[in-house]
Amino acid sequence: MKEILAIMLMVILTNNFVLSKFLGICPFLGVSKKTDSAVGMGAAVIFVMVLATAATWPLQQILNSHGIGYLQTIVFILVIAALVQLVEMTLKKFMPPLYKSLGVYLPLITTNCAVLGVCILNIDEGYTYIQALFCSLGAGIGFLLAMWLFAGLREKMENSKGIPACFQGIPITLIAAAILSMAFMGFSGVVDGIFG
Amino acid sequence: MNKLQIITKGIIKENPVLVLLLGTCPTLATTTGAINGLGMGVSTMAVLICSNIVISILKNIIPDKVRIPCYIVVIAAFVTIVQLLLKAYLPALDKSLGLFIPRIVVNCIILGRAEMFASKNTILDSALDGIGMGIGFTLALGCMGLIREFLGDGTLFNFEVYHGTSAGIFLLAPGGFFVFAILIAAINFFTKGKAPIKKEFGCGSCAMSELCGISEEEALQKLTGGKGAE
Repeated sequence: MKEILAIMLMVILTNNFVLSKFLGICPFLGVSKKTDSAVGMGAAVIFVMVLATAATWPLQQILNSHGIGYLQTIVFILVIAALVQLVEMTLKKFMPPLYKSLGVYLPLITTNCAVLGVCILNIDEGYTYIQALFCSLGAGIGFLLAMWLFAGLREKMENSKGIPACFQGIPITLIAAAILSMAFMGFSGVVDGIFG
Repeated sequence: MNKLQIITKGIIKENPVLVLLLGTCPTLATTTGAINGLGMGVSTMAVLICSNIVISILKNIIPDKVRIPCYIVVIAAFVTIVQLLLKAYLPALDKSLGLFIPRIVVNCIILGRAEMFASKNTILDSALDGIGMGIGFTLALGCMGLIREFLGDGTLFNFEVYHGTSAGIFLLAPGGFFVFAILIAAINFFTKGKAPIKKEFGCGSCAMSELCGISEEEALQKLTGGKGAE
């Protein structure tokens, strides 16, 4: 139990996927203009990350038992793509309200490197099935947290004046991301402090 | 467009990193040193050229509706080849790039070029486009790696330049964002805002760009509109 909590806190705060590992930067910068859509995207990512790990972790064991572990990349990306399609169709048919809030973001997630990243990370770290599932959940929550904070910042920044011309738009957004990620660096050592 | 233009446009006019703003994840994550940046650039270039050629060959066979999964399989196959080659011949580079080699699969530059260029052009043109875009990507990554290594570690290509006063934060995540921001701002400044840098992230030539970065209602409309016709 203690170990699972430590893993989750680590991926949410100290090893935040977006802000310290640079996974999923495209949606982080692309879909973070409004808080609503940022939170929707974050929720969809949590959902898909956990599902993808639930599917790919057992698959890796099968690949390993046949000695073809190197097919990991091809198998994982295909499984994730198929899974996202399947989830989209299921939601559309059986849970229209949920589809309405998450469905938009699902196709974007197929090629999201954070999802593939968390699946491979779970294998590389040698987590058990339960640990892997919680690690994905934590990674998703960390992603949602970063998106939400950053969208809030950008909404404030939109009306600000006095930004030099050459910094307007992309550069100032990146600088805000740099400062946010510096703030997250403050968490380093927290997990070791609590659980170590 | 003549052959030379196809190559050179990828290097400067349509530089994938600094102008099209594609592939931001590897740009930020692997540029902790010039050698890492160049290594990542060359690996991506190899995959890009091969996948462009194969997709261009197969463009008339792949059915339109399942083209994205087909492209992904082709790209994933080449990424696996590159990954195994690096493990065998350059284990040190493989170790420092780590998780980022398998994730070349989801690099939007490669899928974007497959969708935008290779699926519409001849084999030779697609190969040249891959070379040009690859060189542009490699140069941008090498440049960022060089700056971050110099400021953060006091070295250039692992040779010590100055001693003791380096700011280690440039090797960490905030430094990545910061250097990238300054580079784009510098281009804006020196070209007086005339450089055709994308005003927004949203991966203009990414295969998913139709859906990415637009508002929720618009996306939903596009999704249901597209599917209602089936």
